[in-house]
Amino acid sequence: MARIDLVDLAHSYGGNDAPQESFALKPVTMTWRQGGAYALLGPSGCGKTTLLNVISGIITPSRGKILFDGKDITPLSTQKRNIAQVFQFPVIYDTMTVGQNLAFPLKNRGVPKAEIDRRVAEIGRLLDLEPYLNRKATRLTADAKQKISLGRGLVRSDVAAVLFDEPLTVIDPELKWQLRSKLKALHRELDLTMIYVTHDQTEALTFADTVVVMHDGRVVQSGTPAELFDKPAHTFVGYFIGSPGMNILPAEVRGREARIGGHVITLNRAYDNLPAGTKIEIGVRPEFVEVVAPAPGLLTAKIERIDDLGRIRFARTRLGDAKLAARAPAGFTSSDGDAGLKFDPSHVHVYADSLLVEGAA
Amino acid sequence: MDKTVNQKAWFLVLPVFLVVAFSAVLPLMTVVNYSMQDTFGNNQFFWNGVGWFKELLDPSTDLGGRFLASLGRNLFFSLVILAIEVPLGIVVALSMPREGWTVAACLVILALPLLIPWNVVGTIWQIFGRPDIGLLGYVLNAMGVDYNYVSNDFDAWVTVIVMDVWHWTSLVALLCYAGLKSIPEAYYQAAQIDGASRWAVFKAIQLPKMNRVLLIAVLLRFMDSFMIYTEPFVVTGGGPGNSTTFVSIELVKIALGQFDLGKAAALSLVYNLIILIVCWVFYTVMTNAGVERKVQAESGPAVEPKPSPGLKPVPALKPKEGVA
Repeated sequence: MARIDLVDLAHSYGGNDAPQESFALKPVTMTWRQGGAYALLGPSGCGKTTLLNVISGIITPSRGKILFDGKDITPLSTQKRNIAQVFQFPVIYDTMTVGQNLAFPLKNRGVPKAEIDRRVAEIGRLLDLEPYLNRKATRLTADAKQKISLGRGLVRSDVAAVLFDEPLTVIDPELKWQLRSKLKALHRELDLTMIYVTHDQTEALTFADTVVVMHDGRVVQSGTPAELFDKPAHTFVGYFIGSPGMNILPAEVRGREARIGGHVITLNRAYDNLPAGTKIEIGVRPEFVEVVAPAPGLLTAKIERIDDLGRIRFARTRLGDAKLAARAPAGFTSSDGDAGLKFDPSHVHVYADSLLVEGAA
Repeated sequence: MDKTVNQKAWFLVLPVFLVVAFSAVLPLMTVVNYSMQDTFGNNQFFWNGVGWFKELLDPSTDLGGRFLASLGRNLFFSLVILAIEVPLGIVVALSMPREGWTVAACLVILALPLLIPWNVVGTIWQIFGRPDIGLLGYVLNAMGVDYNYVSNDFDAWVTVIVMDVWHWTSLVALLCYAGLKSIPEAYYQAAQIDGASRWAVFKAIQLPKMNRVLLIAVLLRFMDSFMIYTEPFVVTGGGPGNSTTFVSIELVKIALGQFDLGKAAALSLVYNLIILIVCWVFYTVMTNAGVERKVQAESGPAVEPKPSPGLKPVPALKPKEGVA
């Protein structure tokens, strides 16, 4: 059990002297609170696995420090850190039974046999592995094997955090839900810090109470799923989270007005001090733009198609060179393919060089 | 679906029949023929029935004694070189680098002995071990070790075994290295997290993952060492006395030295049969290992907890033939 602090942590596979743009993990300072369920979300190659491996000690960071409960553990080996990690592909020891697999980490640490048996039985019960404890582990399915990998971490009573590296990749879809609910239940029961790496936003948003979004080696935002949805701190977050992602449109913003192609959209807040010389864009989620019949005073877009997702319909429209998705209310049709766009001003955000700008009320 | 019937197609397989007949069946039958007869040259043959075979398997006769003694030596030789080469090959494979240019260098160095022809290997060691001009023999004797493979049984055996280890350990090492390379990095990382010692990593991960290639290595090394001829023949010529005379050397002595075609034919048939049986045993063991793995994968889902057995159609039990 521990709070984990990352202090100015960075890692480059090319060594510390490599240019910072090439770092797999750019300098980051953040805190993982004890008992939190975190998801590290980002596309492949964004550095999330690197960050995970740095925390678990498989990789020694090029610079910076990692603190567990305020104690610097950066130079410690993986063995000495109280970390459990579940990998993308199940790692089990072929020749051992499920019970022996679970006992392995304790045996290696010289725990007395009676204590091992007690812990193995307890974890076996917790993970519903009890009936298989005496079976060869190779004979089980992928999800049972992943549970064993997890169990090998949990069996140690001193474990500070459990790290998951895309653990559901090889699991059948219908079992994914089961296993994920199991993880949530375990999290509630054991009060463990869990860090879950994934590139699947559904997985991240359903598992975690705090989602950390990474992009190009940088942590771009960390917050609750609702925060990420309502107020993306970076255009990448807006685009990556939500389906379809946030609409990002180049615009000229002055005061409470955003100007797109000569047309004015009113904003809820005033943006008078935008940094000069930056690329200004506005971002708005498709849920907060509505297509209506064209009318004077409304921005007009060409409808390319309408996607019916069942409970909601999204119109895919074209606005000059830009593409824009918008909610199509029930009963909306367009005879000539033209539609007016109605923006919800409270959900239109302004970005300067991809970063969110807070307006003045 | 109707099959096209065209008897002319037989003509297409005829060449294969002919080639196999002339290259394998006819020579083999000639050997079988010899094994049942006795000859005194001049192409005169006398029927001997299974006489040679009886003699061959009876240790009290000269032929049987020589055959069984050489067979014993051969099995002992195979056992010793397996006991040395397999563990040594594993150790070499484990200590090889994982990446970088050193990998290529190691592979080339390891592959070198494998590329040298048998009789050249024999010649190398024959000269290397000579007490008068050979580096090894001279140095050993200069150090006060009385080493002479020409006159001492033990020295001859040591020379032949060390030569085989030198020649073939690379093969085991290369196979093991391939097995080791196929282990995903995550296993080592997981073991690290589990606090496993170096020995525990070897026992729990590396050895189980290598068992397939090890089986192949043992098979290859056994077959090869059981048929060994050239190297000991070049180094010791089967001596001193008969101490390093293996089955193949004995066979050549009888067939070409004494020109006892009948005895030699009987011996080679039995020799062949032994090799066939060993092949079959290994083959069965290996395919069974594969089957077991496959059945494990198939029976996997059955192990899953079934939430409501009453509601789900229970799949028919699959017979698991041949697997305990």
